Amino acid sequence: MTIRFLLNGEPVAVDAPPTRTLLDWLRESRGLTGTKEGCNEGDCGACTVMVTDDAGARALNACILFLPQLHGKAVRTIEGLAAPDGTLHPVQQAMIDHHGSQCGFCTPGIVMSMATAHLAGRTDHDDVLAGNLCRCTGYAPIIRAAEAAAPAPVPPHIRDTPLHPGKETPGAEVLPEGAEPAYLPASADALAAWYLDHPDATLVAGATDVGLWVTKGLRDLGPVAFLSQCADLRGVQDLGDSLRIGAMTTMAEMQALMAPLHPSYAELIRRYGSEQVRQAATLGGNIANGSPIGDNPPALIALGATLHLRRGDARRDIPIEDFFLDYGRQDRRPGEFVEAVSLPKSAPALRCYKLSKRFDQDISAVCGAFDITLADGIVTAARIAFGGMAGIPRRAASAEAALVGRAFASETAQAAAAALARDFEPLTDMRASAPYRLRAAQNMVLRYLADLSGQPTDVLKVTP
Amino acid sequence: MSVSKPLPHDSAPLHVTGAARYVDDIPTPAGCLHLAFALSDTARGRLDAMSLDAAQGAPGVVAVLTATDLPFANDVSPSAHDEPLLATGEVHYVGQPLALVAAATHRQARIAARRVTATISSHPPVLTIDDALQAGWRFEDGPRIYEKGDIAAALAGAPHRVQGRLEIGGQEHFYLEGQAALALPQEDGMIVHASTQHPTEIQHKVAEALGLPMAAVRVETRRMGGGFGGKESQGNALAVACAVVAARTGRPAKMRYDRDDDFTITGKRHDFRIDYDAGFDAAGRLTGVDFTHYVRCGWAQDLSLPVADRAMLHADNAYLLPAARITSHRLRTNTQSATAFRGFGGPQGMVGIERVMDRIAHALGLDPALVRQRNFYAEAGAGGLSAPHRASAIPPEDISDPKKPGTGHRVTTGAGGATRFGGAHSPAAPEAANTTPYHMEVTDFILGAMTERLLNRCDYAARRQAVADWNAANPILRKGIAYSPVKFGISFTLTHLNQAGALVHVYADGSVHLNHGGTEMGQGLNRKVAQVAADRFGLPPGAIRITATDTAKVPNTSATAASSGSDLNGMAARLACDTIRDRMAECLAGLHQVKPEEVVFAEGRVRVGQAEMSFAQAATIAYEHRVSLSATGFYKTPDLSWDRIAGRGRPFFYFAHGCAVSEVVIDTLTGENRILRTDILHDAGASLNPAVDIGQVEGGFVQGAGWLTTEELWWDDAGRLRTHAPSTYKIPACSDRPDLFNVALWDAPNPAATIYRSKAVGEPPFMLGMSAWLALSDACAACGPHYPDLAAPATPEAVLAAVERARG
Repeated sequence: MTIRFLLNGEPVAVDAPPTRTLLDWLRESRGLTGTKEGCNEGDCGACTVMVTDDAGARALNACILFLPQLHGKAVRTIEGLAAPDGTLHPVQQAMIDHHGSQCGFCTPGIVMSMATAHLAGRTDHDDVLAGNLCRCTGYAPIIRAAEAAAPAPVPPHIRDTPLHPGKETPGAEVLPEGAEPAYLPASADALAAWYLDHPDATLVAGATDVGLWVTKGLRDLGPVAFLSQCADLRGVQDLGDSLRIGAMTTMAEMQALMAPLHPSYAELIRRYGSEQVRQAATLGGNIANGSPIGDNPPALIALGATLHLRRGDARRDIPIEDFFLDYGRQDRRPGEFVEAVSLPKSAPALRCYKLSKRFDQDISAVCGAFDITLADGIVTAARIAFGGMAGIPRRAASAEAALVGRAFASETAQAAAAALARDFEPLTDMRASAPYRLRAAQNMVLRYLADLSGQPTDVLKVTP
Repeated sequence: MSVSKPLPHDSAPLHVTGAARYVDDIPTPAGCLHLAFALSDTARGRLDAMSLDAAQGAPGVVAVLTATDLPFANDVSPSAHDEPLLATGEVHYVGQPLALVAAATHRQARIAARRVTATISSHPPVLTIDDALQAGWRFEDGPRIYEKGDIAAALAGAPHRVQGRLEIGGQEHFYLEGQAALALPQEDGMIVHASTQHPTEIQHKVAEALGLPMAAVRVETRRMGGGFGGKESQGNALAVACAVVAARTGRPAKMRYDRDDDFTITGKRHDFRIDYDAGFDAAGRLTGVDFTHYVRCGWAQDLSLPVADRAMLHADNAYLLPAARITSHRLRTNTQSATAFRGFGGPQGMVGIERVMDRIAHALGLDPALVRQRNFYAEAGAGGLSAPHRASAIPPEDISDPKKPGTGHRVTTGAGGATRFGGAHSPAAPEAANTTPYHMEVTDFILGAMTERLLNRCDYAARRQAVADWNAANPILRKGIAYSPVKFGISFTLTHLNQAGALVHVYADGSVHLNHGGTEMGQGLNRKVAQVAADRFGLPPGAIRITATDTAKVPNTSATAASSGSDLNGMAARLACDTIRDRMAECLAGLHQVKPEEVVFAEGRVRVGQAEMSFAQAATIAYEHRVSLSATGFYKTPDLSWDRIAGRGRPFFYFAHGCAVSEVVIDTLTGENRILRTDILHDAGASLNPAVDIGQVEGGFVQGAGWLTTEELWWDDAGRLRTHAPSTYKIPACSDRPDLFNVALWDAPNPAATIYRSKAVGEPPFMLGMSAWLALSDACAACGPHYPDLAAPATPEAVLAAVERARG
């Protein structure tokens, strides 16, 4: 399987197993050891590189990025950040001037995240760097460096052009690798046909989950298809009252899409993974993997979203909550894949609450999403969904029933909260105990009431 | 003059370009093998058999070793020889290495290691403090007890009394660079590159494992990607494994733990249970405290005894305890062997007394900061108890004044080192004066003045009222604010470790090669020591060539630990530089018919009477006159005397101080919380490099706050650590630092005669993170009349539980 892309401005052609990660290839095959392995699971950012495609430059974790995902793109590593004459990039210089490195091991990843944000003119430094852990500095000098570098012009040499811009990217070809086929389809049609013939294949979208099967599970994936070239699985259609969102839409794109429509959902996505994860992870992937603790499903269930599934040329639409059958089991037939999600554009009472030990880049202990419809002060419809409370993300039927037909006030909220104990029997694990999960979920109902009535309920909005 | 300048880290240009090399970045010779351990999945049992066939047949595998394949010592313990590299007979924890796989690639080794199957007859594991107490599993025969005064009488006669129990979680180091080592077989020995804070210990363990004298093993450490104590002893296993395989196969061997393996195998900060019983008067002044520490040490002794000792030695923190008893139980469990971690037990000890201070303030309805101030040790020079013993704050004559940069150094004959020291402490202090529970008089206490300045600067009193007002208006969210001090004892408590060596060469072209026994883990040690060396020669700091720590250059080094790096190695380097400088001065003085004192090294020049030349010219002249331009320096900390069994003496050369005020907000519905603002004033003495020191303070605070908030280690009932990667174990991320973060140094020379009167700064700021935890407790207390008894770490779950306790 020959993968072609630009590496620090130079074209490279790579013949490698399809699940070779960019990080291993850089370090072991190219001797480019500036990009570090800190965790090998996309949680620390020490391996951050800049990847440019037609949509622009993104910071990505190289440790869970498979080489085929890079086909036709441009990769820039820490070794390619300074100008050819050795002049440091402004963020590199600022990191020196502001004492932003101590042990220096996280620094290449931090610098690449900063440089990618600098290229885009972004100054939301905390969000940009949420996926870059530093154990030495306490981050303060890194932020001072980011602020100092912000006004500096972008060095022209780091503006990469993808190797094969536009639709000319070749790729819709079966790429044999040993006995197991790997496939890089160029369209959903091509994927649908191939997947019918290879129903056991693994579909790789952003690889933020599947990547760990390889780096931590040490698994051979068997037949695998990389969806990165399927342009028609991205894209958003405005259908008037609703949006139809392609499965390959990244979480970063989702955040931007949701911000004007459903700001609470957008805020949830802001805390989903990290910048690097949001730039890779896809909406379809977060649904299709069926995790009980994915953050999109509760919000989508509360919104009453519709899932569009496709198998060959056959398509069907189901309410998204019906997709999740049981722990590890979804309503997805062999050879069927998630093509898109539709969701309403208006839901003014939608609120999403993500509860985790750390605000940024943490998997939810409990994720609650609430949407009620009021008429004359009476709840006429309620959709309440939770992640982290059961083996699947699902609705809280008893709590919803306790609200419908009543005024949304303290007593009803208390009743709905109490009813949650009938809806869920959560587990104890390393993220939270069962009693805490239930209590926090119940209290989220009270928070929802306070939130809708305009009371301060969010510690993130409190200023010193 | 280079000392006291806020220079960037010497490796910063390499860090930001990816050119800084860590162990795994070193190009390896052809044929290098990669290693991985097969790990126990059982916490306790008898290892009956292992099946290696599947691993041996896996792609790329060259060898699979078990304990019986080891040619010499099967031990990687830094202390009690109780830590086999590969298990023999008994299995002691989930994650214990059972077998060692060598393969052509890192991935192949990892895959093959999982194909090793062990047959283990499992026994019920001893996992918790209660389990260990019930089973009677402990290190040392019984508890260690330090006592001062009549604690029973002090408690019985106290007008008020509080008792309680506090559980304090451990902490994973999460150095960004995982453990790593590389062994290169030589014709007559072994070279090891290791990511370690303690190259000499690696050398020692590798030599034992290979049946070689230490002289046949050379260990080099250029830098670590973070250490924090986690690389004081925990790198032994990898280095020994590499050396054994390299010796056996004749091929280079490299090992680095995958992050999950690193979490699973290596030790962490000790978790503690502290029981307390404190008596106090109506003003909140302690009459006495009785602490019992239960220390979960894990399966092997490692460094647990000195860690537990240091917890006892910091059970007073900044407070004069008129009577005290500290009882420490060091318990053995079937979990990872807990190890050194920044503060080395000190943080846990301090949290105990800070909880007591909070309880007193809550019981009496007093401002907790006021209660703390009332219990402080007497201030140095305040005319209090310590006055008769207070040392001069003025540096002795032979130590240059860092406040006068650029003056160069007048050489005095025989000024080879710190010939005398201001005795900061008197070992013969009268009992019950300003003494610690281990009977050391405190003569350099400055937290009174520091606290006053900090509270004023951060407007503590007004903000405390503002927090109360805010809380009155906000039913769901609550703020809290808290002050906490740190007084941290500086020196290894194992007295003989307080020594260091340095090796300095001046070449004939005037370039300077600096080597010392300390290791660089990000703390800027090399930068500081180079600043010292540059200052001694009157050179710009960039003129000093910093080199990798190397056991062949400086032997018998102590771990870079206990915050001692710049104190010890800076002084050793100074002595080496001064030796060379004195020789050059003597040579030049002779040539120019002046006295050696008239030779001055400054600003890259050497003035000899009326003549002047470049340093390079001076070096060339000295060389041509057959002057040795190479010297070692050796330093040992003076005036230490400590009996750890009796709990008496002077374990510390001096104390470093700091204080912080943090303000937080909590959500009373979920327990979610964050730090809004932190103000810190920290005592780094006369700082060798204020930028580096502020970096230690900022980073230490955030790491300490992480320990007490988001960082939770969680084992299941089978003894498996389930928080074994950054996906489940949450160190502070960028946005977790305080929104407002004001850090300043208390810039006063150390009364003790340290290098340029600076103070150690590696560990003490870590404990400033307590202010965030105490502020969270304050916010919880604002929810109801009862004491919230907040646990550590204060996860959202713990905060919510505390809120509910406060409400009653």
